[in-house]
Amino acid sequence: MLKIEGLTAEVEGKQILKGIDLEVPAGEIHAIMGPNGSGKSTLSYVLSGREGYEITGGSVTFNGIDLLAMEPEERAAAGLFLAFQYPVELPGVGNALFLRTALNAVRKARGEPELDAMQFLKVARDRLKALHISEDMLKRGVNVGFSGGEKKRNEVLQMALLSPKLAILDETDSGLDIDALKIVADGVNALRAPGFSSLVITHYQRLLDYIVPDKVHVLMNGRIVQTGGPELAKQLEESGYASVQAAA
Amino acid sequence: MTALVTGAAGFLHRFEGLQQRLPGARLPFVQALREQAAEAFRRQGFPTRRIEAWKYTDLRPVAEAGFDEALTAMDDSPALPPAHGAARAVFVDGRFRADLSMLDGLSYGAESLAAALERQEGRLGALARPVEQPMAALNTMLFEDGLVVTVPAGVAGGVLDLVSLGTASERPEAFHPRHLIRLEAGASLTIIETATGPAEARYLHNPVYEIEVAFGAVLTHARLQQEGARAFQLSTAYARVEKGGTYDNFTLNAGGRLVRNEIHTVLAGPAATCHMNGAQLLRDGQHADTTTFLDHAAPDCASRQTYKTVLSGRSRGVFQGKIHVHQVAQRTDGYQMNQALLLSPEAEIDSKPQLEIYADDVKCSHGATVGAIDAEQLFYLRARGIPEARARAMLVEAFLREAIEGVQDEAAREALDAAVTGWWDRQGEAA
Ligand SMILES: Nc1ncnc2c1ncn2[C@@H]1O[C@H](COP(=O)(O)OP(=O)(O)OP(=O)(O)O)[C@@H](O)[C@H]1O
Ligand SMILES: [Mg+2]
Repeated sequence: MLKIEGLTAEVEGKQILKGIDLEVPAGEIHAIMGPNGSGKSTLSYVLSGREGYEITGGSVTFNGIDLLAMEPEERAAAGLFLAFQYPVELPGVGNALFLRTALNAVRKARGEPELDAMQFLKVARDRLKALHISEDMLKRGVNVGFSGGEKKRNEVLQMALLSPKLAILDETDSGLDIDALKIVADGVNALRAPGFSSLVITHYQRLLDYIVPDKVHVLMNGRIVQTGGPELAKQLEESGYASVQAAA
Repeated sequence: MTALVTGAAGFLHRFEGLQQRLPGARLPFVQALREQAAEAFRRQGFPTRRIEAWKYTDLRPVAEAGFDEALTAMDDSPALPPAHGAARAVFVDGRFRADLSMLDGLSYGAESLAAALERQEGRLGALARPVEQPMAALNTMLFEDGLVVTVPAGVAGGVLDLVSLGTASERPEAFHPRHLIRLEAGASLTIIETATGPAEARYLHNPVYEIEVAFGAVLTHARLQQEGARAFQLSTAYARVEKGGTYDNFTLNAGGRLVRNEIHTVLAGPAATCHMNGAQLLRDGQHADTTTFLDHAAPDCASRQTYKTVLSGRSRGVFQGKIHVHQVAQRTDGYQMNQALLLSPEAEIDSKPQLEIYADDVKCSHGATVGAIDAEQLFYLRARGIPEARARAMLVEAFLREAIEGVQDEAAREALDAAVTGWWDRQGEAA
């Protein structure tokens, strides 16, 4: 599904990613953990095509195609989804219009028929219910005045609607209460299928009790320094990153 | 065919030639107003950039164009813009067209000024100040027609479409409609104005509005300026709002080559309200100017102004807003915001807010911002699969929406929303 080889990237002349090697096979969920500032969000932005990063080396393929050569909207249409660590507020853009435009753009790119406002509302209502989101949120500006938890749930709503092949969740669990955490985890687990993969970036082992990963990677100082099974997350929770540093 | 004289001299020349044939030639009060205006225009000519109020807008392209008066066929059937209500007044090249209008059976008066002129003594020219504003002088000197609207006390007039069509002809044409709008105590009316013309037509549309809003009356005045790409529109509106009345003006400047929207509002009675909102959507080569003068002349009045300008290509936008709070106008609540979104490095916006406050108990704020499309917001939309052009259009519309949301009347708001939605997409097709 996703294959990253020797990826290096700079921001404003500063090297952040220093040679990332990572492979996520179809149907697997991988977690990435690592200290603040180690490059987790940078990796997720580079994968989704945000401007301002200079790729200085390496390659990324997504189902065999060169991901780095694609525009952000092409990546989304191809099935890549990033749940932002800090979802962006769009004052004046209604959430319903935003969600429908996004869904139709992706459907169109996939050769599926677009949905009119009524059809969209029907689809959206089902997802809202599953995620315990009030319908009010559709009427508001995108993320405007949303609480931290509401913003994260809105990200998961977008993911559920766009049904991606690869979902990158950048600290989607941060700032969520226990119930919301379960709802988000259910949202991801609902997508679990042989053709769906996910990269879950988190600081907390707790999320991984609900979304059990196939592998856990530790990203430190721009490199993957350790990879293990779910038990690695538990071990990190107990002894912190110092032990990894020692091992690496 | 006689050679055209350009500039102010051309218009004065035409005034002298037409004087006896213009409407009201035998009405002394009309003649006196025209003479006084001609004298002012003869003295000042077209405003130049040396005049403070015209510092950022150069009228030389208008002065140099050499206009003729309109020679319009009065029996063609031009395509009309979509109607927003049942009542409609249509002007072609500034002349009222009864055959295209629908003004029968209204609960208020709406008629052609040319036909009703003899009854307008004391009302025509009550608010316009041709000695101070040269474009109003030009209008007074040469107006041929216009709309006279009188909504009696307590009558809810609903929606009235006011349509102005410019037509293409061999020589540039000028028309100067004069509209007189009066709402009596407790009356209400929504005027949705659409001014448009063919892309190739060269014309000057120079309307003047004299607007009286009496005690507790509410006038919504939505103006969709969608003139042809080679046209000029220079409009001057004078509004006087009495106690507890509301004047809600929204002007959308989307068409034309060089346009100006000048508004003079006087809040004359206590607790009067005025909204002056607007949007300017400019393409390469366009120049649009919004200049507002607001007089808080009574206590406890509120005013809200939000103007948004979107500029692409080599376009130029101007916003000047002057708020004058008189000494008696205690507890004035004034707000003015002016924001520009630059879509191109070659676009330019000039903005000049001006507050003159002579009362001590007032709440007045103003602000101005200039910015580009936010890269974070653009990326967020694109990361959700929305193509870049559509994503930009959504952000432009979002930028404009705040100003439109200030319009209280639903019909007017919907008309404006429809005019703005997809503007950017249509630009893409045109380019
Ligand atoms: N635009 C930028 N300019 C300069 N430095 C940047 C920029 N963006 C990121 N960085 C730096 O890159 C490093 C990695 O940041 P990144 O956001 O990827 O970390 P992270 O692993 O996601 O951290 P956290 O756990 O706190 O979210 C940090 O040192 C950060 O300061
Ligand atoms: Mg991060």
